[in-house]
Order: sequence, then C-alpha cells, then structure tokens
Amino acid sequence: MEKRIGIEASIAIAEAVGLCDADVVAAYPITPQTHIVEHLSEMVADGHLDAAFVPVESEHSAMSVCCGTSAVGARTYTATSAQGLALMHEILFIAPALRLPIVMSVANRALSGPISIWNDHSDVMSDRDVGWVQIFCENGQEAVDLTIWAFRLAEDPRVSLPVMVNFDGFIVSHMVEPLFMPDREMVKAFLPPFQPLMRLDVDKPITMGPVGIPDIFTETKQVQQHLLTQSYGPIVETLGEFAKIFKRQYKPVETYRADDAEVLLLTMGAIGETAMTAVDQRRARGDKVGLLRLRLWRPFPFDDLIENLGKVPVLGVVDRAISFGGPVGPVASEVKGALYARAQRPVVVEFVAGLGGRDVNVSDFDAMFDALFEAKRSGQAPAPVLVGLRE
Amino acid sequence: MAYQNARPKWTELAVGTAVIHPGSSRATKTGDWRSARPVWTNERCVKCGVCQIFCPEGCISFQADGYPTADLDYCKGCGICPHECPTGCIRMQDEVE
Repeated sequence: MEKRIGIEASIAIAEAVGLCDADVVAAYPITPQTHIVEHLSEMVADGHLDAAFVPVESEHSAMSVCCGTSAVGARTYTATSAQGLALMHEILFIAPALRLPIVMSVANRALSGPISIWNDHSDVMSDRDVGWVQIFCENGQEAVDLTIWAFRLAEDPRVSLPVMVNFDGFIVSHMVEPLFMPDREMVKAFLPPFQPLMRLDVDKPITMGPVGIPDIFTETKQVQQHLLTQSYGPIVETLGEFAKIFKRQYKPVETYRADDAEVLLLTMGAIGETAMTAVDQRRARGDKVGLLRLRLWRPFPFDDLIENLGKVPVLGVVDRAISFGGPVGPVASEVKGALYARAQRPVVVEFVAGLGGRDVNVSDFDAMFDALFEAKRSGQAPAPVLVGLRE
Repeated sequence: MAYQNARPKWTELAVGTAVIHPGSSRATKTGDWRSARPVWTNERCVKCGVCQIFCPEGCISFQADGYPTADLDYCKGCGICPHECPTGCIRMQDEVE
C-alpha cells in the first residue's frame, strides 16, 4: 500500500532510490540537487540503504565512477545540476556508448554566467545530444515515480542505456508536497534485479571502451541512434506497466484540454502546471485553448506530437533556454523540425520564459495565449518572444 | 569485437563495442602505421637488450643468434630503440627506401 505523505521532493527522490536498492551512489553535492545527495549519504551511513556511497571530488569523477560501477554490474545512481552536469559532459557520452544503464537525476538550473543557482533548462539543453534517454517531470510525485521507472527502463535488456530524469531546480526539488510514496513490495514487483548484458569480470575478461578506429566508428554511432530511437517502444511499455502497479499513467506527450483547442501551447517541465491553471481560466471565458506537455525529450516522440497536434492552426512553444545565435529555443527548433515534412502544419510561435529562475505566472501564459490568437488571426508568427523582457 | 572481424556491419558489433575475447592486440596487426623501420648493425650490437626493454610495443625479441629483431607486424616505427641504443647500432630506415 502506498502512503500519502508530506515530503520534500528531493528527500522523496532519495527515498525512491533507496526503494530501488541502488548498489552505488557516486555524487557531488551542488545546489539545488544537494538535498538528494545529503539524504542518500545519511541513508547509507545509517544503514537504511546497503550501498556504496562514493563522495567524489567532482562531477567529472562522479560520472567516471558511475561508468565503472555500472560496468561491473552494480545498480548505479547519481544526481547533479547545472555546472555539475557541465563538468560531467565529457563522460556523459561514454555511458550510452558502453550501454551502461546509469540513472541520474538532474535538478535543472541555469548555467553561469552570470552566476545563477536558479531554475531553467540551459543545463540539460547543453547535453541534448549525449545519447541518454531524457525525461521531464512536472512535480515531486512524477520525479519519484519516474526515478523508479528510470531504473526499470535503463536496465531493460532491449535498451541498456542511461536515463536522465529532469525536474526543475527549487520549483520541484525543494517543494514540500503531498505525494504517494511507493511501497517496497510494489517497487520490487515492478523492478526486477539488475542483470547486465555484459559486465567486467576477472574470470571472463573483456575490454569495455576500446578505441574505435575510423573503420568502425560510424557503425558504433548507428548502434546508438538505433537503440535510442527504438527505446521508444520499451518506454511506452514500461510506463504502462508502471501504471498497472502504481495506478499513475505517464505518456511521452501529455495533453490538457487539447482536443477541441483552437490554439495550443507546448511546455516542458514544472511550468506545465501553471499553464494548466491559465488554460482553465481562458476556458472559463470561452476561449478554446489547450496544452501539450512534452515529457519525453530523448528519444523525441515525433509521432505523439504530430498526433496530439491534430489540425490545430497555431502552436506556441515555451522554451526555458536559448540556443544563442541559432534558432532561439531548442524545443521550438525540434518541434519545427518535426513539422517540416507535414503538408499541414501550424503556425509556430516561439516563447522563451523563466530564464535563471524568473517566475512564469498565469498572467504570462495569458499573454502568450493572446499572442497565439493574434497569430491565428494574422496567420503569421511574430519574432520569438522573450517573455517578461524589460525593453 | 572492435576490429578482429573484417569490416563488421553495425548489427554485428558486440554490446557497447566491447572486445569480448582476450588477446585482441595480437590479432590486430598495427604495424602498417609505420613509416620507418629499425635496422640493426649486428657488428656493433652487444646484445644488451636495452632496445627490447624500451620498446613500447613489446615487439623486439632475440633471434637464435642472440641478436635483436623487431616484429614488423606490430612495430610502429616510433624510433625509441635507436634513441636508447647505447652503441648506436640501430638506424631507422624509411619504408620508401
């Protein structure tokens, strides 16, 4: 039986990692991920979790340790944020290339400079192409659930890839909320013991991570592209199995009052919850607005996006990061790419909001919906909008 | 494994492109990287074995007559053996000669 308790999301995530019986936690504390690592350290020290806790000297070392422990067949977890994720960057590419099913929480935070400890998505967007499964949560419940799910998906022998569970720093990580804390028996029923496809073993020596000469490198990249793309099937399947046991269903693209919408807005992460309030207010005034909430970022759920868009004439995309000197919003860029080959495609209006912890309020979404209706009237997309910019 | 099969397809690679059998270095002949080979002048060689000790490839061995020779399947022509040879009996000969 699950118990509904009031708990800080970070603490709940650490408890979830404990329920998954992780063998190794190698992490370096960084705001706003700190409470997760602190709590796991306590759980190990107090004997509540039988795991090796490796207090490394940097995130580069954290991910290096994770690759090593995952390679010997240990269920491995780490967590980081912003500069820490950036410091891991080099090693992030190694894990999927070696098929190491590491699970990592990322409390999303702006990358400096100027120095910012506050939330946006510039950290994860810089690691879009590292080859990990990347999923986004809107609240603490989702962060707990998808952490448990992440181990199951990562270790699925059809996948055997690392999974990054993203949630917004402070806005989710430090929120005390009432959530259903899964029970150990339920987690056990959902998550079988880790059986690695291959592991380092002195009795059966192999070399993991050898040099890939030019004659082989292209083939290795095709393997990664194939595996990450094909992980979509197991993702949907395991989310379905999660729902059977825990009664909470997650989808690659979530929708809210989108069926008959005249304009749609797409968000990723915690702001989706504020956006739903804004949708309710506009609906109460008779405006047919709706919401798409992108949950799965890699592999990108192209078909779900197209299907949920239907024939809507205008789509707004809210980004939480900027691709400088490029197409402005990384999510909008992806969405536009997905739509290019379609004969019928909506006008796409791009917004960038909530950079470096700036609040995105219901009134901001209200203004975005106004802009979407204006685009519907004119049939034209305005230049990308930096929401709330003082001009 | 990474290189032992001749030009494997992407579907034929081991999980994570691991090398799954020991001894792959022996099967992977890397001597074709070489642009010059070591040549010994045995009259000046004192069979001290310094060349063998310093060879990073471990490809120098002693023949029946006691003089050293390099296994050209693996020698990359790095030039360390002539640099270290105390009697100066080794010279590097360009592969084009």
